[in-house]
Amino acid sequence: MSAAPVVVLAQTAQTAATTIPPIQTPHVEYSSISPMLIVLGLAFVGILVEAFAGPESRRRLQPLLAFLGFAAAFIAVVLLHARRATLVSGALAVDGPTLFLQGTILLFGLFAVLLVAERRLDSSGGAIVASAAVTPGSTGSTAMQTSKDVQTEAYPLLAFSVSGMLMFVSSNNLLVMFVALEILSLPLYLLAGLARRRRLLSQEAALKYFLLGAFSSAFFLYGLAMVYGYAGTVNLGGIADAAGTVGSNDTYLYLGVGLLAVGFFFKIGAAPFHSWTPDVYQGSPTPVTAFMAAATKVAAFGGLLRVFYVSFGALRWDWRPVVWGVAILTMAIGAVLALTQRDIKRMLAYSAIAHAGFLLVGLAAANTDGLSGSMFYLVTYGFTTIAAFAVVSLVRTSDGEASDLSQWQGLGKTSPWLAGIFAFLLLALAGIPLTSGFTGKFAVFQSAIEGDATPLVVIALVCSAIAAFFYVRVIVLMFFSDPPADGPVVVTRPTLTYATVGVGALVTLLLGVVPQPLLDLANHAAASGFVR
Amino acid sequence: MHTVPWLTILLIVPIAGALVVALLPKGTNTLAKQLTLVITLAELVLAVLATIAYEPDKPGFQFAQSHDWIKQFGVSYSVGADGISIVLILLAAILVPVVVLASWHEAEQGKRGVKAFFSLLLALQAGMVGVFAATDVFLFYVFFEAILIPMYFLIGSYGSPKEQTQRSYAAVKFLLYSLFGGLLMLAAVIGLYVVSVHQLGHGTFDFAALRQMEISEDTQKWLFLGFFIAFAIKAPLFPFHTWLPDAGAQSPTGGAVLLVGVLDKVGTFGLIRYCIPLFPDAADYFAPLVLALAVIGIFYGALLAIGQRDMKRLVSYTSLAHFGFIALGCFAFTSQAGTGAVLYMVNHGLSTGLLFLVVGFLVSRRGSRDVDAYGGMAKVTPLLAGVFLIAGLSSLALPGLNSFVSEFLVLVGTFTEYRALAIVATCGIVLAAIYVLHLYKRTMTGPVVHEENKLVADLSLREKLVVAPVVALIVALGVYPKPLIDIIRPTVTATFTDVGHHDPAPTVPVAGVTTTGGHS
Repeated sequence: MSAAPVVVLAQTAQTAATTIPPIQTPHVEYSSISPMLIVLGLAFVGILVEAFAGPESRRRLQPLLAFLGFAAAFIAVVLLHARRATLVSGALAVDGPTLFLQGTILLFGLFAVLLVAERRLDSSGGAIVASAAVTPGSTGSTAMQTSKDVQTEAYPLLAFSVSGMLMFVSSNNLLVMFVALEILSLPLYLLAGLARRRRLLSQEAALKYFLLGAFSSAFFLYGLAMVYGYAGTVNLGGIADAAGTVGSNDTYLYLGVGLLAVGFFFKIGAAPFHSWTPDVYQGSPTPVTAFMAAATKVAAFGGLLRVFYVSFGALRWDWRPVVWGVAILTMAIGAVLALTQRDIKRMLAYSAIAHAGFLLVGLAAANTDGLSGSMFYLVTYGFTTIAAFAVVSLVRTSDGEASDLSQWQGLGKTSPWLAGIFAFLLLALAGIPLTSGFTGKFAVFQSAIEGDATPLVVIALVCSAIAAFFYVRVIVLMFFSDPPADGPVVVTRPTLTYATVGVGALVTLLLGVVPQPLLDLANHAAASGFVR
Repeated sequence: MHTVPWLTILLIVPIAGALVVALLPKGTNTLAKQLTLVITLAELVLAVLATIAYEPDKPGFQFAQSHDWIKQFGVSYSVGADGISIVLILLAAILVPVVVLASWHEAEQGKRGVKAFFSLLLALQAGMVGVFAATDVFLFYVFFEAILIPMYFLIGSYGSPKEQTQRSYAAVKFLLYSLFGGLLMLAAVIGLYVVSVHQLGHGTFDFAALRQMEISEDTQKWLFLGFFIAFAIKAPLFPFHTWLPDAGAQSPTGGAVLLVGVLDKVGTFGLIRYCIPLFPDAADYFAPLVLALAVIGIFYGALLAIGQRDMKRLVSYTSLAHFGFIALGCFAFTSQAGTGAVLYMVNHGLSTGLLFLVVGFLVSRRGSRDVDAYGGMAKVTPLLAGVFLIAGLSSLALPGLNSFVSEFLVLVGTFTEYRALAIVATCGIVLAAIYVLHLYKRTMTGPVVHEENKLVADLSLREKLVVAPVVALIVALGVYPKPLIDIIRPTVTATFTDVGHHDPAPTVPVAGVTTTGGHS
């Protein structure tokens, strides 16, 4: 690209400055991308702390840093609330949906920090492994179970992942989006392998996630290449212009859309690209699972919405049937397979798959209401699911979390408050009125009916009914069965986890009873649409 | 009096009561019971006052209130009472204190403790008031689903103590059936909202506004089905009834009374309040189907009731037959049948409620629901047997007792429109006599076959206090049902007139017989 100016420069050095435009360095508005910069800076500072601080001070410093960093970035998002622009030569876009989703991701990041920082779960400490490199089963591994050490790299990894997510939802350019995808994914692959208990399961989860994630990234990249081949640009707006005209090489475009969609569907855990979800959710440390379930879904869905609304908006009659199909398959697989699960984390994983399907119903609506509805749903689902996983991390036996459903029997008798809150969260996931889950479903389904997707909504409601069965089954176990003799112990005084559970449950209730403020916010964010 | 927000007060009192009772400190079980009784009695007084303040001949909703709730979706907190809802609220207000007194000792054997039981009862009452009072379809749906949760826990945690598996099975079955119906209704509710966006320019859930819309017949059919299936599961009508015998049998006595007595009325109430006025063309179109299901239900329920050995299941099946009569009345589209159907809702609540109470007393004495465990009880417990007989006779619609009036109105009203159906349905009364008298014969008459039954005690003072008001009402409404009919009839007539159904002129004019009350 720069070859021609260089030749010209060499020939007429004198007139170069006046007649030939200089190489344009992009103008960077640092203030507008400050949330990303803050989190990225936080990640680098975190690495430096890892390098220079001692183990004890690391353990105290890292969570504090991460918390303050995420909070600062969240404040930056709030301050930017009215900003609508494309930045860095159109590589990034700051607009209503971007800021809404960035704020959401940062809030979930904050709660993830609280959960990761929890050290009072059992005698040895939190959910993160002491030393990830020790081979399970080797001599060091038993000592590691009781070691007070913690792999504090989790915090910078979390920050890197969040920075990738922030960038992912604001990418206005497929190439930047791919870079962001990698930045958000790679730390997650590592985080998945950091569970303190059941190391083999955790490492298996990390490897599976990595291999399948790499696959999906390749799909994404391939799709990107196809779309570039068609449109001659990777800019989302440019692709939209090219797709709007009648072209000769539609094959590239359709191939590209399909392959990109595979990448997105993998990240949000939609069928038939969902098979990693249960294994990874089960094996990962529970705080990381909570973070993945909430924040990754927001980021991936944000990117998906942007690409499909901005670039392929003109093609909606072509991709809508596909989204219909994927949504139906996802909801059905999530709801039906969740019925057969014996492990609480796997059950919640399949529930996450079903919810991805419900979210796709909002995408199938393909209207502004669908956009705001989906964003609202992401917030409601995220808070509820983080709180639910936080509760899972609290119910423990002597060797870690009591993840088998049979161990949850009679929890309503032994710890009525916690079981009550968990039942409430499950009812929210099932979509019972007066919980946020209901308002979210209502927002999405209403937009879908307006978008002429009534049959899809009916199917979604049938799937909700099936899904309700396995949520209710857990409630039955907790409340209507007697506790086993050697039942799980609920840990006392884990302040940070309690705080997360409390806030999550409170938000679930508030968004069910007075959802209007957040609905207004989502509407306002969606009304101005995506800038391009 | 008109400015008093009766319905909101009726809603807040039990909610506040439920919270207070739940948060009482440990070891205050007796206080919790007494407090609940006081709250429910206060609620009864308020409901009676509200009914007195209600003016039957004024059209539209009374005590209406409306505040924005979720503006985005056009949802408002809107409540209002018409002749149908006010009598059902009154019914709930009458039955809840009865149930509280009847369940005085029942909660102690439950899994969750006494305070939770009474708190759930109060929450249930709030939900029942809300579901009848709501004039916003969304609000109605919210209450419709919300009342499932306390009922679910009442069945699952306090139901028959010895059968844990069946109990949670019944609770889950009840919840899932209702949830499934509710979700279908949700699809229809959203559909209705979208229609309102297209027709009125702004989305709304306000019942009065929705009623003004002209919906195309095809759309009506789908929306009607969404609502109808939910209500048919709730009521329940044949063939959506299979959850009822399980839930009825496994519920604690008090829960069963409220479940069958009031909660199931939400279904029939929904039919006449929502299905018919909102989708008149579809209601016409589906009327033959509903009527057929109703008549099948009358016979199917009665036949299965005759064959039951489990007394609580038996009473549940009799309810299925009675709901057939109510649905028949709703869909005959005459004001007589409609009035009869609404009155039937009240009367069925009283008579089946009493039947469940007496059966519950009997079961609590002997610990068995099996008919064969009894026999000759009239000799040992004459008072209990007497009340049992009154409840049974009310259930079979003996003239002079409450149900007769409503059943008669339904059949007469149906006869003018659907002669054959009315004649067939009348035969159901014979079956009702069989299941009631057969049950009475097997349990109460004859010699005392089981030795242990000879020591069973008759009704205690508390139990007498429980049944006395219900028995009194059953007799009173049988002799003088006019006050209730005066409240119900104008609303029902307005509903049917509004959708274009006028009562057919009598084919044989009889001098001096007019159907309207004619007083203002």
